[in-house]
Amino acid sequence: MSAKREMIDVYISGELFQVPEGSTIISSMEYAGFQLKRGVGCREGYCGACATVYREKGDYKLKGGLACQTVVTDGMAVAMIPFVPAEKPTYDLNELEADVSTFTKLFPTVFRCVSCNTCTKACPQEIQVMDYIQAIIRGDIERAANLSFDCIRCGLCALRCPSEIVQYNNAILARRLYAKYLAKKSPELDTRLKELDECKYDKEIEEVKNMPKDKLSEKYYSREIKIS
Amino acid sequence: MYPKYMMKSIKIVEKTRPKRLELAKKYGKKVFPGMSEKERQEVLDNYHPDYQSDALKELRIGPNKGEKMVNEVVDIMESYPRNKPEIFDLNKVDLETDVLIIGAGSAGLSAAIEASDGGATVLLATKLRLGDSNSMMAQGGIQAADQTDDNPVLHYLDVIGGGHFDNKPGLVEALVKDAAPSIKWLEELGVMFDKNEDGSMMVKSGGGTCRNRMHSARDYTGAAICRVLRDEVTNRPDRINYVEYTAATELILDDKGHCAGAILYHLENKQYSIVKAKTVIMATGGFGRLHIRGYETSNHYGATADGLVMGYRAGAKLMYMDSVQYHPTGAVFPEQIVGFLCTEKIRGLGAQPVNKDGELFVYPLEPRDIEASAFIRECNTGMGVETPSGLKGIWLDTPLIDLINGEGSLEKFLPAMLRQYKRFDIDVRKYPMLVFPTLHYQNGGLEIDVNSETSIPGLYVAGEASGGVHGRNRLMGNSQLDIIVFGRRAGINATAKVKKGIKLGKLSLDHVEKYIKEVDSIGVDKKQVSPVILPDYIPDHVKAKQLSSEYQGNLL
Repeated sequence: MSAKREMIDVYISGELFQVPEGSTIISSMEYAGFQLKRGVGCREGYCGACATVYREKGDYKLKGGLACQTVVTDGMAVAMIPFVPAEKPTYDLNELEADVSTFTKLFPTVFRCVSCNTCTKACPQEIQVMDYIQAIIRGDIERAANLSFDCIRCGLCALRCPSEIVQYNNAILARRLYAKYLAKKSPELDTRLKELDECKYDKEIEEVKNMPKDKLSEKYYSREIKIS
Repeated sequence: MYPKYMMKSIKIVEKTRPKRLELAKKYGKKVFPGMSEKERQEVLDNYHPDYQSDALKELRIGPNKGEKMVNEVVDIMESYPRNKPEIFDLNKVDLETDVLIIGAGSAGLSAAIEASDGGATVLLATKLRLGDSNSMMAQGGIQAADQTDDNPVLHYLDVIGGGHFDNKPGLVEALVKDAAPSIKWLEELGVMFDKNEDGSMMVKSGGGTCRNRMHSARDYTGAAICRVLRDEVTNRPDRINYVEYTAATELILDDKGHCAGAILYHLENKQYSIVKAKTVIMATGGFGRLHIRGYETSNHYGATADGLVMGYRAGAKLMYMDSVQYHPTGAVFPEQIVGFLCTEKIRGLGAQPVNKDGELFVYPLEPRDIEASAFIRECNTGMGVETPSGLKGIWLDTPLIDLINGEGSLEKFLPAMLRQYKRFDIDVRKYPMLVFPTLHYQNGGLEIDVNSETSIPGLYVAGEASGGVHGRNRLMGNSQLDIIVFGRRAGINATAKVKKGIKLGKLSLDHVEKYIKEVDSIGVDKKQVSPVILPDYIPDHVKAKQLSSEYQGNLL
């Protein structure tokens, strides 16, 4: 990076470090000399490994965010929460009903929701967490699956929930139930599976497999492109 | 937000947009002519990083001795092991299992599910958390020829043409024939694919595809798949034992040369364990975090090619390690997300790449290496836009997406993209993204056969760590497919081998002893060790005062 950057103060787990402004929480920790193992993953906001709580200078609020996506501000105090001890019941998806009874059995805590919306406010993905929890309680699995879709399982919702609900584990079950039991199946996919069972394309594939390179190249460059 | 001088260039892009929108309405994606074979070769020769004279060097030891490979790969192969083999007492086995799987991305997870379905005992080891992988980050989609106007033969042609005809034909056949069954398998496990109201799959085109074949789950396709597989694996505690923050550092063979386990090392309590396994599946992913040629990467923190090193030392052959995939569209602005992947689906939905004058200069959906080379050509010839930190990029005109597909489309199909840029105060529905190729994928790897097995009996490889499936260039959506197809094949075949009955001989690290002698013979610095395990981003001035750096030098 060409331009020299101003240094700002950041408190990492209470200890003061000077880091270049514009750093994310992760890059500021690395700048300070931490070799990270926990609390770091994809570094692009997809994996949920780097849930972090922080407080900005002069603000009384404790905020949550992803350390790889949150830019530090002068005087910010940060603490990573790389793991959330949360209940995860085990189940065999093949034996479940795609309705509220499954949640009654596996996640009875979900009915403790007091609609305080703290989970939604805590979500770094801006998911309507409380709304999908309420959808589960109403037995609307499809809505819960769609609303929770962008969840990356960082755990911040469950950490802030006064009713001790583990929202993200409910969410993955809702999505799996929806995809397996409730979503309409694709007729084209089933037709193709049948054709494959009947070895319909085997002969033609065998032909292209054994084609000399010049012939194959010719076939490739002259294939009809039909995309929209 | 973009600085003022960049906004000036955006104004020009806005000016040319109505004309380009008209082109899109008239010709779909074909807003610019595709390149001929000769034009493709020319742009690759002149601009692709792999084709530059200093990109490769000769590997001096091991099964591929004398072959030219990417510099950074040669360096980790021509390195000492982290530990001297003699410190391990292989008579004291800590854990025994039928199948040991190293790596817990979607390939490793798929293998674990299949192996446990087949009745094998499974130990799954990952150096970070379950699911931490490039699989989790894949955005755009997974290919499968399941539409009525498509078929596996067309898919075959796309894969092998995109790979410059270097792919192993049998592996391509396995890939395209297992594609539709893989989609079905995933859906039965509970993966939510994007669908039309009648239940048919919503499919898009991708670079180098001749049909709309890309199945997606918004722009969280990889995450949607990987998190379901992870959930399924954690539902089987009686059949799958998994250990996190545990890296493998060396493979163990038996005295007959059969793969027989690995040395695992816990990154936090720093203890090692000796695992005896009847079969081993290497699913450790690729090399993005080695930052080939200094490129920024879209890859996961753990993508350090550990599996290649372990497999190579054990005697498995590498394939196509002279080839690197640079994804055409990595973010170059804002600075905090440099290298961040902007999915190919963005172009699949109609966004066009344009230069600083707002002009089209390439067909938006060429295979990735061609498209990336065209972007580099544009930037090297003064047609790019420079960022405040000195990087260059071209515009990816995202506001076209809503104009072509209707308002709200971008938000619906690319929520991750919208969210990512919004965090830095850029609304990509209104303003384009500035992009440049980012180090994305390891096209080659350890050579496998259709059973996912290497030349070392009992050693299987699946996913990005394997070589041969994609030749020298992978198409979008074929990696998500590859990890499922060959992850499952590895799990199924490893289990079948176990069921046939394997009697392991005496455990041995003789291959490592032998390898050390080879490294000695070429005279490299003793401090040069591998596998890398994790990248190191601590700045030099801080490192200079550190008394130890955990990942450099020997672990023990």
